[in-house]
Amino acid sequence: MYAVFQKELADHLSSKRFTILFLLVFLAAVFAIYIALQNIRSVVTPTTEFVFLKIFTTSGKSMPSFLFFLSLFIPIIGIALGFNAINGERSSGNLSRLLSQPIYRDSVINGKFLAGLAVLGIMVATVVAIVAGLGLRIVGVPPNAEEVMRLVFFALLSVIYGAFWMALAALFSVLFNRAATSMLASLALWIFFFFFMSMIAVAVANVLVPVDQNSSMELVVRNVEVQGMLGRISPCTLYGEATAALLTPELGSLNVALLVVTSVRGRLGTPLPLGESLLLVWPQVVSIIALLAICFAVSYIKFMREEIRSI
Amino acid sequence: MGQVVVQTENLTKAYGGFTAVDGLTLRIEEGEVYGFLGPNGAGKTTTLLMLLGLTEPSSGMASVCGHDSTREPLKVKRIVGYLPERVGFYEDMTARQNLRYTAELNSLPRGEAEEKIGGLLNTVGLSDVADHQVSTYSRGMKQRLGIADIWIKEPKLAFLDEPTTGIDPQGVEDILNLMVRMSRKKITIIFCSHLLHQVQKICGRVGILAKGRLVAEGSIDRLSGEAAGGGRYRIEAEVERRSRGLVDSIRKVKGVRDVESSGKSLLISCDKDLRGEISRIIVAGESQLLGMKIEEYNLEKIYKRYAKEA
Repeated sequence: MYAVFQKELADHLSSKRFTILFLLVFLAAVFAIYIALQNIRSVVTPTTEFVFLKIFTTSGKSMPSFLFFLSLFIPIIGIALGFNAINGERSSGNLSRLLSQPIYRDSVINGKFLAGLAVLGIMVATVVAIVAGLGLRIVGVPPNAEEVMRLVFFALLSVIYGAFWMALAALFSVLFNRAATSMLASLALWIFFFFFMSMIAVAVANVLVPVDQNSSMELVVRNVEVQGMLGRISPCTLYGEATAALLTPELGSLNVALLVVTSVRGRLGTPLPLGESLLLVWPQVVSIIALLAICFAVSYIKFMREEIRSI
Repeated sequence: MGQVVVQTENLTKAYGGFTAVDGLTLRIEEGEVYGFLGPNGAGKTTTLLMLLGLTEPSSGMASVCGHDSTREPLKVKRIVGYLPERVGFYEDMTARQNLRYTAELNSLPRGEAEEKIGGLLNTVGLSDVADHQVSTYSRGMKQRLGIADIWIKEPKLAFLDEPTTGIDPQGVEDILNLMVRMSRKKITIIFCSHLLHQVQKICGRVGILAKGRLVAEGSIDRLSGEAAGGGRYRIEAEVERRSRGLVDSIRKVKGVRDVESSGKSLLISCDKDLRGEISRIIVAGESQLLGMKIEEYNLEKIYKRYAKEA
């Protein structure tokens, strides 16, 4: 398996695909930092405990934050790394040659997956380090230990999230014979979850729990709760909630209803300690890992069972 | 009698209602160059895939050097080199890098691998372009790289699936020569093809597959014999005013297997070229000999005949 891993990693790192993605992410990082630094003064008050994390989450008036950029790019990177994992080998005529070598069939898929994971790790670590470094240089406030820990967990979570999209794309690459099909299928799913899921959640919630201007507070909260539950079907929402809790310690709860209540009362809670933030995002993290495991397992089984026919 | 390298027993593969390989029993010995013939879709590739353990047989048994292909695929893959029909390489890697990857997958030690790669690239005539990307290679060059690719693991058995299809004559010549060289290194070769004259050139024994069944097997000489009604040659003599007893007297000639007459023609099946003797008999019997033709039964004919039978 090590040979496959090594070759795939070298392939990724020297590919044009990687260069393009890396440039894109790098640009996004620099841009996001610029926006954050423009606006950071307005969000930081003398009582703000975690100034450094604000570099990652501050957005401008109509400009998104670094966090938003990353949540946009990570699925794309994951898909780009996985969409032709198996059908690419097949259409180039390498698959039957590869499988006739004395290696277990799962080493092919494992090696590829690990290589993709390594690339994701390198990308996320680099980009977080770039933003952190630039931020440190310009803001001049060093991060405290807890902020560093939060960033590490954030990076880990991002890699896992990227791995989910990679596993999904790899699954499609086992299912579909053409790389273009598997890429489009993964992108379509991503677009659905990223753009449409929240709209659908709102629509469904409004049907289930109709609200209007005169509705009671209780009803509004119910409506928002239903929205939240439906939204969590989407891995994008899961990742969004989890990263928000990790990078915004002031966020006392992921329960949308509670947030509505607190914001209505006009106060945000005091920052949560790291342990409690982790506890808060635990369900989200586990869900993402479960989705990842399902995608990987299905593609694994499908690939292992597949008969190689005269191709 | 050499060691048995390939053995299959009633090997059958059915896909749904379609039987790709039907009760195939094969036995191939060490050092043989075995021609596996048959039209497209006859089940040649499926048989190879089952021997490699990439496809599971529906029933029956396949083994290579005593290792069951289904149960010990890894052991089989270690000693078998497979050159698929439409072989592909990593296009953005060089020939050397591609071979290095295969060497690593076969866990060859690095130094030894490098040495072998250099030698093999030289053997297959690619050392000048060894560090060019494979995407710049012609089809023939890719096939030669494919041969190096299976040779690097020093297999006991090599499967070459249509290695010469779509390649120019010089390229075909090169590939056939390489196969002969492999065979001299005691590598048993199974050569799948439907290009019969090529098979005829290098194969000692052939098996003809049609619709998943082995319809004929044996040395080319023997098969020609069977197909030609006993003899290897078929002489067609056009005779007028045929004297009585002519057919009988031709039958008595040594080496003649059979004589058939149809109209003016006599169809004589024989072991060697007997045109001289036969023409003398015809003329001596005061018949008029108008013309004579001789045909050697080549694989093409045998193949057509058996394919038709199936």
